[in-house]
Amino acid sequence: MAECHPVGFQWVMEARQRGTKVFHIDPRFSRTSASVDRYLPIRAGSDIVLLGALINYVLSNGLDFREYVLAYTNAATLVNREFRDTEDLDGLFSGYDEETGRYDPSTWAYEGDRPEEEELTEGGLHHAEAAGSDSYGARGAGSSATPPSDPTLTDPRCVYQILKRHYSRYTPEMVEELCGIPPERFRELAEAVTANSGRERTTAWVYSVGWTQHSVGVQYIRAASILQLLLGNMGRPGGGIMALRGHASIQGSTDIPTLFNLLPGYIAMPHAHRHDGLDDYLEREGSDTGWWGNRRAYVVSLLKAWWGDAATEENDYRFDYLPRLTGDHGHYSTVMGQIDGKVKGYFVVGENPAVGSANGKAQRLGLANLDWLVVRDLVTVETATFWKDAPEIETGELRTEEIGTEVFFMPAATHVEKEGTFTNTQRLLQWREKALDPPEDCRSDLWFYYHLGKRIRRRLGDDDIDRPVMELTWDYPEIGEQRDPSAEAVLREINGADADGRPLASLRELKPDGSTSCGCWIYCGVYADGVNQAARRKPHTEQGPVALEWGWAWPANRRILYNRASADPEGRPWSERKKYVYWDAGQGRWVGPDVPDFEEDKAPGYVPPEGAKAQHALAGTDPFIMQSDGKGWLYVPSGLSDGPLPTHYEPHESAVRNTLYGQQSNPARRTIDRPENPYNPALSPRFPYVFTTSRLTEHHTTGAMSRPLPYLAELQPEAFCEVSREMAEELGLENGGWATIVTARTAIELRVLVTGRVRPLRINRRTVHQVIMPYHWGYGGGGVITGDVVNDLASVVLDPNVYIQESKAGTCDVLPGRRPRGQALLDLIERYRHG
Amino acid sequence: MAERMGFFTDTTVCIGCKACEVACKEWNDVPDDGFVFRATSYDNTGSLGASTWRHVAFVEQDGRWLMMSDVCKHCTHAACLDVCPTGALFRTEFDTVVVQSDVCNGCGYCVPACPYGVIDRREDDGRAWKCTLCYDRLRGGMEPACAKACPTKSIQFGPLDELRERAQERVERLHAEGVTDARLYGESPDNGVGGTGAFFLLLDEPETYGLPPDPVVTTRDLPAMWRWAGGAALALAVGVAACFAGRKP
Repeated sequence: MAECHPVGFQWVMEARQRGTKVFHIDPRFSRTSASVDRYLPIRAGSDIVLLGALINYVLSNGLDFREYVLAYTNAATLVNREFRDTEDLDGLFSGYDEETGRYDPSTWAYEGDRPEEEELTEGGLHHAEAAGSDSYGARGAGSSATPPSDPTLTDPRCVYQILKRHYSRYTPEMVEELCGIPPERFRELAEAVTANSGRERTTAWVYSVGWTQHSVGVQYIRAASILQLLLGNMGRPGGGIMALRGHASIQGSTDIPTLFNLLPGYIAMPHAHRHDGLDDYLEREGSDTGWWGNRRAYVVSLLKAWWGDAATEENDYRFDYLPRLTGDHGHYSTVMGQIDGKVKGYFVVGENPAVGSANGKAQRLGLANLDWLVVRDLVTVETATFWKDAPEIETGELRTEEIGTEVFFMPAATHVEKEGTFTNTQRLLQWREKALDPPEDCRSDLWFYYHLGKRIRRRLGDDDIDRPVMELTWDYPEIGEQRDPSAEAVLREINGADADGRPLASLRELKPDGSTSCGCWIYCGVYADGVNQAARRKPHTEQGPVALEWGWAWPANRRILYNRASADPEGRPWSERKKYVYWDAGQGRWVGPDVPDFEEDKAPGYVPPEGAKAQHALAGTDPFIMQSDGKGWLYVPSGLSDGPLPTHYEPHESAVRNTLYGQQSNPARRTIDRPENPYNPALSPRFPYVFTTSRLTEHHTTGAMSRPLPYLAELQPEAFCEVSREMAEELGLENGGWATIVTARTAIELRVLVTGRVRPLRINRRTVHQVIMPYHWGYGGGGVITGDVVNDLASVVLDPNVYIQESKAGTCDVLPGRRPRGQALLDLIERYRHG
Repeated sequence: MAERMGFFTDTTVCIGCKACEVACKEWNDVPDDGFVFRATSYDNTGSLGASTWRHVAFVEQDGRWLMMSDVCKHCTHAACLDVCPTGALFRTEFDTVVVQSDVCNGCGYCVPACPYGVIDRREDDGRAWKCTLCYDRLRGGMEPACAKACPTKSIQFGPLDELRERAQERVERLHAEGVTDARLYGESPDNGVGGTGAFFLLLDEPETYGLPPDPVVTTRDLPAMWRWAGGAALALAVGVAACFAGRKP
């Protein structure tokens, strides 16, 4: 956090000064480790063992926050009789198909949930083909908001007992064996976490891509969720799981998504072969109970925002105009489609996949096989210059004169040269003013897409195929000489309006009948009263600590999600110390310093009438209002493609045997078995070292925004790897010298930093060395400094839920000295693959 | 004269982000200092110099990684200023020591005079450069760029008396928490430079961070030296005179 979010880290430092105990768990001893109470080194790729052992510690010592767990989680819910755990099947859950490598999740369902035939495949095969939206937290249509349960938590089929059994072998000894963390250190952590949870205290977890970029990435986060729910740390001040997402507006880019499988507000993108019309789509995408029960209002309002008057009830509000999925259109399948000649054109905006994505060679081979490529960036990043300076030019795998890709480089405006919002990781929208016009041809992304859209429309006619674009509402005021569209007008459209064009104040006003429009239902209210709420900057000295008048947080300006859980089932604060949102019987409403994440007047004693829908189907004691049963899910009965409970699997390329199960790696992981993407065999003596990639404060991602700046470049001028003294001695690596890092993909050269901060770990009674590599360098990028591309080493193997690549844990070999050049480099790799 | 202003750099909360180095260069238009991988922990700028006015030191110890943002000390008795023949170095109304680059003639006397090795000449233009404690910002009522950029308040700017009080309280608190290594460096008016305008809270011996343990203003002995030299000259003159006086014409 100190490395990647130093400005946010100031609050951790302040918390420490106020007595908060801070642990840092990381393969690398970073600047964060230097600034906390206790640093725990861990082997990359073993975190579920640690988290599972913490869960086991809580359960086997009866340390869970029982009242919270019983009332607010699905601990008591009964699971299908046919369900078999990894304890029964040596690392597999029931429903696994060896042939396809996929799960049929029907046996994971709650008792009594009877998904239809098609729904069965939805959670498994189809789901795995097209990653699901958040509405999958819904268990499909027709499921009850009150599934059968055993409040005594003794039934062996209740979630609590399944959980207990699932993690029973995740012991401190196993943590030592697989993570390399000694039992006394584990105990210290476990005691601190449990002592600082409960009525009076809360514990928070903070993670970043070190947890997500794994073939079990989603399950890492799930494991933390289980722990936090068991300890009562969700929906309460000082609790939660904080994702330190990328900078600027990465959160915004999933809210109003750049992801292939989502529409704004985490609404599922319709599927070509699954959804016939709006009604059919709405019926299948989510359940009727819980907040997603309102999805018709959100989808119809979105369609009204996009197609305005052209969207009517008679024509399904132009639902047929939406693009359709036909399968996995994620980043890596797109790249493979390029190599295969199926993808002809490519927009790359503020990204640098030639350096930033796993298996850089595959990325560049894809780029070289396009008809056209548009790159929008501040500098000519490697993705725009691959045709002349990619490593494959040097090896002869690509020849400039043979690359037919037409590259359009469009210079982009910087953040001070355009107005708009950033949405940060706590869902806070903050408005940014434009300080000056961008120079020369540089333009904002908003300008680019708006004017591109206008030009395209000028070329289209009234053919049916042109209508979705021609009928789009595409009429924003243009400002100044450069005719930049008004970002405030766009924000107004996102906020939404009623039939008379008046801005909506809240998402509760959204209607399913086409009388409201809204570009993103969770952002509804950001322009309440016609005022740009995101532009509010009332200093903290003039308001309370929750600071509701600084910017605007989605949804409804709530700062802590699920904050109904900050009060006990009767609506009383769990403790005076942790008082937050609670029921005021006198006023008949929920009160507190934050906006309640609950219907303001729904009493704690509310019991839903038979047949109630949406939020009305949830009781006054159900804080997790997006879920179809209103409960926090310790166990996930549907929506995941690799199991209902996080399970430790070794990375696809691992130097270590999985001693917990016969199953070595995530059985549902996605591999891409192609010549461009060869894998290191697991447990291969040719690749004995563990590598992980990392970041440095001095640089930003692929270095496109930092390497061209001398003041930053001089602070970390060369690509390097960090190795332990022991490993340096073993291999003859010299501090300040060179090392060549080899995987089945390629070899790169890095300067060597020998440091006592990296320690060899004892794993399974043998020594495991880890190589730590910051990935900020590339071969060009308009930078004053260059270096080999670390991500060229990584393979493309994907988490089956969200298709993120496993770039945080892999294996490699390390040789002292610089790498060979040209053909000799290819020969070296060939020897490693087949030698 | 305004109150004496200075820096209190509390290394116990430094996270080594180097925002101070960058902010300093941005504001003061200091050129880059070369692109050299030094393989010395995360430090690739090496030391304070003509083109590095804030420098973050990284000290790797067993289980501990110390970080400290170093800067010109703005000494009470500043030798650089004493030896400057052109008056380019002067003491400001904030009691800070600043080089006027348009007056400096590049003689370099100040360079060996600094007991901390702070001030240095730039190879390309020959003139001497160092931290101005953002004299221009101070005159505009702003804090120096490095302190402004520091995310953890490791670099604190203010009236020196206040900073000394705050630092003393901080050390006492750390001692009470069992951090017995904590100590102040440079704050005492009784030290060899009469106290520094920029002082530090360290967690180890000053040498560990590359700081001199007992710096002395290099011009301290100048008056005495002149006295000795004068006395010697006088004695010589007397002797010579005596020789001549003893002669009889």
